[in-house]
Amino acid sequence: MPAASDGPRPDADRVRLVADAVRRRVLDYTLKNNGGYLSQACSSAELLATLYLRVMRLGESTAPLVPQPFAGVPAPDNPNAFTGADYNGPRAPDLDRFIFSPVHYALVLYSLLIELGRLGPNGLDAFNQDGSTVELIGAEHSPGHEVTAGSLGQALSQAGGIALARKLRGETGRVWVFMSDGEFQEGQTWEALAALAHHRIGNLGIVVDTNAQQCDGAMADVMTIEPLAERIRAFGAEVREVDGHDSDALAAAADLLPAGGGGERPLVVIARTDPCRGIDLMRTRAPKLHYVRFASEEEFATYERLLATWNAAAADQAKADTEIGA
Amino acid sequence: MIQTVTRPHREHIVRWAEQRPEVLVLSADLTSSCEADLFRDAYPERFFSLGMAEQNMMGFAAGLAREGFSPYIHTFAVFVTRRPYDQVAMSIAYPNLPVRLVGFLPGITTPGGVTHQAIDDVGLMRLIPNMTILESGDATDVESVLDVAQAVDGPVYIRQLRGEVPRLFPADEPMRLGEARRLAEGDDLCVISSGICTEEALRATTALRQRGLGVRHLHVSTLKPFDDPRIAQALADVRLGVVTMENHSIIGGLGSAVAELMAEQAIGRRLIRLGLKDTYAHGASRPYLMREYGLDAPALVRAAETLAGKALGVGEDDLSAVRLGTLSAAEKTEDL
Repeated sequence: MPAASDGPRPDADRVRLVADAVRRRVLDYTLKNNGGYLSQACSSAELLATLYLRVMRLGESTAPLVPQPFAGVPAPDNPNAFTGADYNGPRAPDLDRFIFSPVHYALVLYSLLIELGRLGPNGLDAFNQDGSTVELIGAEHSPGHEVTAGSLGQALSQAGGIALARKLRGETGRVWVFMSDGEFQEGQTWEALAALAHHRIGNLGIVVDTNAQQCDGAMADVMTIEPLAERIRAFGAEVREVDGHDSDALAAAADLLPAGGGGERPLVVIARTDPCRGIDLMRTRAPKLHYVRFASEEEFATYERLLATWNAAAADQAKADTEIGA
Repeated sequence: MIQTVTRPHREHIVRWAEQRPEVLVLSADLTSSCEADLFRDAYPERFFSLGMAEQNMMGFAAGLAREGFSPYIHTFAVFVTRRPYDQVAMSIAYPNLPVRLVGFLPGITTPGGVTHQAIDDVGLMRLIPNMTILESGDATDVESVLDVAQAVDGPVYIRQLRGEVPRLFPADEPMRLGEARRLAEGDDLCVISSGICTEEALRATTALRQRGLGVRHLHVSTLKPFDDPRIAQALADVRLGVVTMENHSIIGGLGSAVAELMAEQAIGRRLIRLGLKDTYAHGASRPYLMREYGLDAPALVRAAETLAGKALGVGEDDLSAVRLGTLSAAEKTEDL
């Protein structure tokens, strides 16, 4: 796979197709596991697809198409431990880095990596199985992951250290951090924003899936973080607020972070998203959307029928594309 | 008389880092208080002020370490080990990153009261996998602990001393990873001390020896890993029992490590742990607090009397008459 900036940049139609496929696969595995982080796919599919297809400059994956099994925790006496960063390509001074913070979104990222060819079609065979690295909640050894982030609000600080190091070395590549809006309830997130602005770390971009949902329900009821844009702006970052399902708007906002490392301020793209986008029947579950568990066989069957409809439509589309191609 | 060195860390880290461009210092608004001000002035491009925001500082250090730098965090021990515990455990220790956490004001060395007194830091850091724990007990330790830490493949917590620091050990006998210093040989009693307690222990052991008690004394600077075979050997070799002495809670620190070792190796001796007995301290001077909480020479004499089963006739005058000099190897202790 060429780096994102080599050759023509994929357009919003391509992002839409990839995002649809991501939702299909996440629904499929949510059914197989009788539960999962389904609403996160609905809110973030376009956002993550836009980052990988149109924003980040990454090299080809250097990791196996089928993920390696767990090789033990990092330790001085364990030379076999690895991170999942190799799925995002090699480290190079001019290439971007991707830091994935809300790791309960892991299945969304795995599904995206499959659509991009960075993971094989069988890459999820070991999903949520004992001894696998393709875990339900991603760890730093999981495909596409690089740091330990499951204690929410910690990845941004780590990304800040990486970005500062790259700045000190004069590298031109940027550091992209994908975050969830709930993480803006953690004090550490604000400590990190203050430090990024104070040290003029302008090679770091944050994209926030602002779906306004968290484990207990609607964020407005649990602990509001609004007005988010004003708050972040007051901390010294460049802020843009966009429709998180509009790939063109997302890409245009992300492009404000200059390639080449000349920036003086971090960029935050607040992507306003719909946690039920594409699956309207999930709206009846609101405000309990964080983790979908099917309440009855009847509900399970409803979602199964939706997946069958989607699969049929995708097959028709593939057939039509083939005929056009022929 | 014992030689005292003023702020040994302050000068040393500047010299030490001169030829190590990968070494950075991160500070959280306690730069002079942690003797990092000379480093800041000498290498401003390698010094980063992160403000009073320790959780974020741990993450920044982790990211810098992933990129090949050697971050040395400087703040008070309580702000390394209590406030950002999750960040130390998850962002730094889980990935086994070479971040050096230099914690100042261990235990009751500060009159700042409970908020500033790290009485549980060794215990907290011992619980974290991949973490190495070092503690300085004198100026020579202070001046060699950075070399020891830098050679470790993984995170290191350093319990560091500031200000007026005695030189108990010769400057040319540096701290070594996993090697306790043998300060005296004897077959009756084993004393294992760490940090500032070693100086106090030396006053007592000298007086005890004058009363005919054979005291084997070890100074421990590597608290984790705790696998020095000479410690186990010393515990097994003595007749009456063992006293540990630490500027920390008796739970989780040196005393606990020794107890675990004795139990696992079936070393059936009595053990008395001197330290803070599951209590907080309060704001007062160091000598006052060492007396109040039983971290001083008279406390060690009382422990020795308990193990010996008799009064040894060591009075305050005997202890204050002890003149400490810089110690060398154990065989020279007869000269004390």
